[in-house]
Amino acid sequence: MIELRELTKRYEDKTAVDSLSFAIRPGQVTGFLGPNGAGKSTTMRLILGLDRPTGGQVLVDGRSYAQLPAPLTHIGSLLEASAAQGGRTARDHLLWLARSNRIPDRRVDQVLAAVGLQDVARKRSGGFSLGMGQRLGIAAALLGDPPVLMFDEPVNGLDPEGILWIRNLMKGLAAEGRTVFVSSHLMSEMALTADHLVVIGRGRLLADVPMEEFIDRNARSYVRIRTPQPQALLDALDSRGITAVRAPDGSWEVEGSDPAAIAALAGAGGVVLEELSPQRASLEEAFMRMTADAVEYHADATLNGVRPAADLTESATTTTGATS
Amino acid sequence: MTTAILNGAAHQPARAATPPRWSDAMNAEWTKLRTLRGPRWTLLAGLLATVGVGALICFFMNRNFASVVSDGKPFEPVRTSFAGLVLGQLAMVVLGVTMIGGEYASGMIRLSLTAVPNRTVFYAAKAAVLAGVTFLVGLVAAFTAFFVGQAMLGDHGVSLGAPGVLRAVLGGAVYLMLIALLSLGVATMLRRQTLALGILVPFFFLVSGILQAIPGVTAATQYLPDQAGQRFLQIHHQSKDAYGPWTGLLITVLWVAAALLGGWFVLRRRDA
Repeated sequence: MIELRELTKRYEDKTAVDSLSFAIRPGQVTGFLGPNGAGKSTTMRLILGLDRPTGGQVLVDGRSYAQLPAPLTHIGSLLEASAAQGGRTARDHLLWLARSNRIPDRRVDQVLAAVGLQDVARKRSGGFSLGMGQRLGIAAALLGDPPVLMFDEPVNGLDPEGILWIRNLMKGLAAEGRTVFVSSHLMSEMALTADHLVVIGRGRLLADVPMEEFIDRNARSYVRIRTPQPQALLDALDSRGITAVRAPDGSWEVEGSDPAAIAALAGAGGVVLEELSPQRASLEEAFMRMTADAVEYHADATLNGVRPAADLTESATTTTGATS
Repeated sequence: MTTAILNGAAHQPARAATPPRWSDAMNAEWTKLRTLRGPRWTLLAGLLATVGVGALICFFMNRNFASVVSDGKPFEPVRTSFAGLVLGQLAMVVLGVTMIGGEYASGMIRLSLTAVPNRTVFYAAKAAVLAGVTFLVGLVAAFTAFFVGQAMLGDHGVSLGAPGVLRAVLGGAVYLMLIALLSLGVATMLRRQTLALGILVPFFFLVSGILQAIPGVTAATQYLPDQAGQRFLQIHHQSKDAYGPWTGLLITVLWVAAALLGGWFVLRRRDA
């Protein structure tokens, strides 16, 4: 379990992390989503005690990172692809790490086998491919057999096979009851992996919701209509209490109704339709809408006391700016 | 694959029986140092340079003794056999700088600090391992340089039992260790090994010597870390010397302490 309480990190000219409060729970994969530069990596460095917070605190298993007696046995982390010196062999890299935390040497060979690097264990990591480097980093994270694991953009630059491997690994770790916290800037990747979603934008919390709820709320389905007689269409729809919203491209969008019903109404009213198509906004779009709002929210930050997550999630669902 | 990693369905943490101690941080630093090839070659090069250059200078000194040594100044047989230190100390600079600079360059520093979050412990363990290794290698270099050098000097050489000689020879090992520690401190402050090497190597190899040759500045250069430290390798008091060997050692130790403290201060304060 990782707990953030009003965690804040300010640099001279910008606030990278802005009073973040949320908890990452065991037994599930928690996706940490935000556009590049949203503060994901900074948050992770704060969790690991690498950066000092300007305000607030973060607890791992109820303690601040510096107070963990053998930190690698509490939380394992992968921050960047290769935090290894290329001149050292994969095995030796894990060996010094193990010794720093009194982890038995045999564990090194176990994790090397677990990530599939046993055959190159005695090769210097400088010659590793990106994928192998990533596996070495994951081996380092697993070394202390920790109940909490944290990965920063683990699939960046990996081939499809590597991506699948990491996805399954994370699910497997969560299924064992561990806390798995993984960041990404790709909603599509998170949709396949995460059970729970924490979204940040400009260092602020935008959403902290179960994945399923996020999908229900944001995967908006609607019917797109084009007509040369908009007023007639609106009147026809209005007779059944259906409202249509004008999209920027000139088409009309109707939520909560099906194409057949609309066709019947239009036909009865004698309205000519040029297009009548069911649409489904992607999660990627929902995510981009949400983080785009974060920028606006940031610009007029006058809504003190309003929980940004609730506020913005709601506004995201009602925004009609999405075009296809 | 996934389930094989781990201990099966229910996760049972395999915690170490006892929490890590100081010695574990040192063990990790020692493991880091011995598993890279660079430090080994650097130390070997330093050893060969110290002994080789010293032997060469002693050999030619012995052949041209009358013309080289002016009568007013007492001859320094130990310091002459340590002439190779000028080159050998560069190996110590490289080792001290890369020991932390290599971690910054590769990004491994973040992994190191997640493994050992107490930065004072991390830094002290690094310094202790560096001090131990460079002192031991320094001992080998100093005694070898001394015996080979004295053999080359023939009749002009001294024995280890002569007054002040053992102190001066041990001083050679201490000197090399102190230069390595100074470099560690400077590199920790700068956090970039190219920058640290770019400052330290010319300083020890060139600047100190050039400054010494400028009239009027000479008196001040006696207080530079390398020149003060090398005073400890003399067995006679020279007329130009403003202080004795122990003061020289103290001056160098103060330089080293300042560099190490500066590094400690920066490491503790800055985000990694």
